[in-house]
Amino acid sequence: MAEVNLVEAVNQALARAMADDDSVVVLGEDVGVNGGVFRATVGLQERFGASRVMDTPLAESLIAGMSIGMAAMGLKPVAEIQFMGFIYPTLDQLVCHASRLRNRTRGRLFCPMVLRAPFGGGIHAPEHHSESTEAMFAHVPGLRVVVPSAPSRAYGLLLAAIRDPDPVIFLEPMRIYRLLRQNVDDDGAELPLDVCFSLRQGSDVTLVTWGAMVHETLQAADALEAQGISAEVIDVATLKPLDMETILASVEKTGRCVIVHEAARTAGMGAEIAAQLSEEGLLSLMAPVRRVTGYDTIMPLPRGEHHYMPSVEKILESVKEVLEYS
Amino acid sequence: MDGPTGGVEPGGPRNEAAVRRSKLITRHAKGEVRLCHVKTAMKRVAEFCIEFVRFLDENGAPQSALPPGLAEKETLVAMYRLMALTRALDAKAIALQRTGQLGTYASCLGQEAVGAGVGFAMRPEDVLVPSYREQAAQLARGVTPAELLLYWGGDERGSDFSGPRHDFPIAVPIGTQTCHAVGAAAACKLRGEARAVVSCCGDGATSKGDFYESINLAGAWRLPVVFVVVNNQWAISVPRSLQSGAETLAQKAIAGGFEGLQVDGNDPLAVRWSVDRALAKARDGGGPTLIEALTYRIHDHTTADDASRYRSEAEVEAARARDPLLRTRRYIDLAGYWSDDEEAALKEHLASVVQEAVDTYLATPPPGPEAMFDYLFARLPGPLARQRARALGTPGDG
Repeated sequence: MAEVNLVEAVNQALARAMADDDSVVVLGEDVGVNGGVFRATVGLQERFGASRVMDTPLAESLIAGMSIGMAAMGLKPVAEIQFMGFIYPTLDQLVCHASRLRNRTRGRLFCPMVLRAPFGGGIHAPEHHSESTEAMFAHVPGLRVVVPSAPSRAYGLLLAAIRDPDPVIFLEPMRIYRLLRQNVDDDGAELPLDVCFSLRQGSDVTLVTWGAMVHETLQAADALEAQGISAEVIDVATLKPLDMETILASVEKTGRCVIVHEAARTAGMGAEIAAQLSEEGLLSLMAPVRRVTGYDTIMPLPRGEHHYMPSVEKILESVKEVLEYS
Repeated sequence: MDGPTGGVEPGGPRNEAAVRRSKLITRHAKGEVRLCHVKTAMKRVAEFCIEFVRFLDENGAPQSALPPGLAEKETLVAMYRLMALTRALDAKAIALQRTGQLGTYASCLGQEAVGAGVGFAMRPEDVLVPSYREQAAQLARGVTPAELLLYWGGDERGSDFSGPRHDFPIAVPIGTQTCHAVGAAAACKLRGEARAVVSCCGDGATSKGDFYESINLAGAWRLPVVFVVVNNQWAISVPRSLQSGAETLAQKAIAGGFEGLQVDGNDPLAVRWSVDRALAKARDGGGPTLIEALTYRIHDHTTADDASRYRSEAEVEAARARDPLLRTRRYIDLAGYWSDDEEAALKEHLASVVQEAVDTYLATPPPGPEAMFDYLFARLPGPLARQRARALGTPGDG
């Protein structure tokens, strides 16, 4: 067992998957010799060769499209898009082909591919490098959308994503790539997809979040505990399909829910969770569901970035509001 | 430095580089004209001719001695029969659509020779990545007429076809499939398999980024892929002349670093010979080839289109005179491989084959509501299982 950060855990999972299964290949821009701009693929080409760790030309639609071709032919491609801001050319391929190859051939062909991309703000990156548009992918039938929030979950969820026979969009919150280290046993054990992880038990309010915001949310829970308020924290982890059972069970217990996400507010995943809470959990709720989110604005460039990002203070304010109902 | 050097003398003579002095005329605001002398270093990096392959002229007469093995009776007759089947099925599909029994349909009338050439050149283990007008190639590969009707009739089961199970389903979004083809070719190459991929697209697709991204990668990685560009002269209403300033679409391969050629797409022998040659090269590690097959879309773009809005009847009539079936028929007549009796028997046979396909298609019950859930994922996630139950009206769930 070794202490690793999130990006190292991604690297470990990739290496493990490639060692276990010859059909796993890695491709993308600068993933080979350079080991990826965030070093997520460092050492893989040395170890597994350039035929399995492929530096592609700078062509995102092609990266997604050729992954589909490879997957249909029995490989398990893990493609990297360098930043989420450059993922949009892949949408055509993901929406029109990856998500529906199994369905449109009635299972004759399918698409076991993973598209990885770093995402989210808070690292003072250049324009286009900081957005969180996970809801766009969650809206597409046939795609899984997975967001790890800690090294151990990155390792186990990425292994599960690679082994899954269907396409997975794996979004890595780059703000926490190197934020904390955890002991991760490189034992090849995967974590389940399609389920939420309860990170902290509580009885007064349920805080639902994912990605980098898990850390602000856990800090808020600490602060609440100091005030004698018991907050349950749920890391959604797989945004699509969404495990509402875990969230509903928690809200049944606490009666209050605050959803925290960095993405813009309107039609974000928080809206879907809140809608399902109103459909299925209304009788458990003692207060309106609150959302702490980014604004419906363009993500500011680094000098103004902090104005946009949800903060511990904003989470605490919303929790205070929902606790005022009794 | 190989490009224009802005008047700076390049650092000495170099291989294949010719330094030449050119006169540039610059115009200044005052309107005075000044002659400037600029030295540029010119390096010849590409020089190309586009080969044009044709064996049978428009009357079905061989233009030259046919390559050995290409004109064997059995194969020629089989290709002719396939083209005739494609046409009979195509006509029936249009008739079914006009009578409300089929969905919007994209006719391949006039393009049958391309598919026949592709289909007969490929081996079963090769991989076809088709666009939506490759009925002939699909039929040649083993997709059944009933499966084609099922697809165009609006049923996913049409793409669960009996042809080679590894062949790709047709791609509707233009040119997207070229990326799948290079991915499939990369998979073949990675596994060291002696098989190759044929990517079919139309002239319209060559305007798209996916096409350029694909030929770029195919050239850089020397992938075992053959790009067949079926140039039927029209991207719905936009003629070839307005789609690209390039003299040929074949020459787009040159920028990708590999060979591009044109074939007479109404000559099935030319298509077959060219694709065969390109596939052999691909399987042998020689990399990609782009084959621009010149043909004509005689029918409307689809049954939802009216081509008379944008092209003249005279143009279509001229194209009919170059009909690939007539040409092939004339050749096999000429060669003594075919008779009027055989033609009559074929017509009768095809009518029953097509009718049988129609019967099979129409007798296939539409899919139930469970079908849209059951093939979405290998294992159905919980939320979808509940939606499925709701769609099926299963009591006590969802």
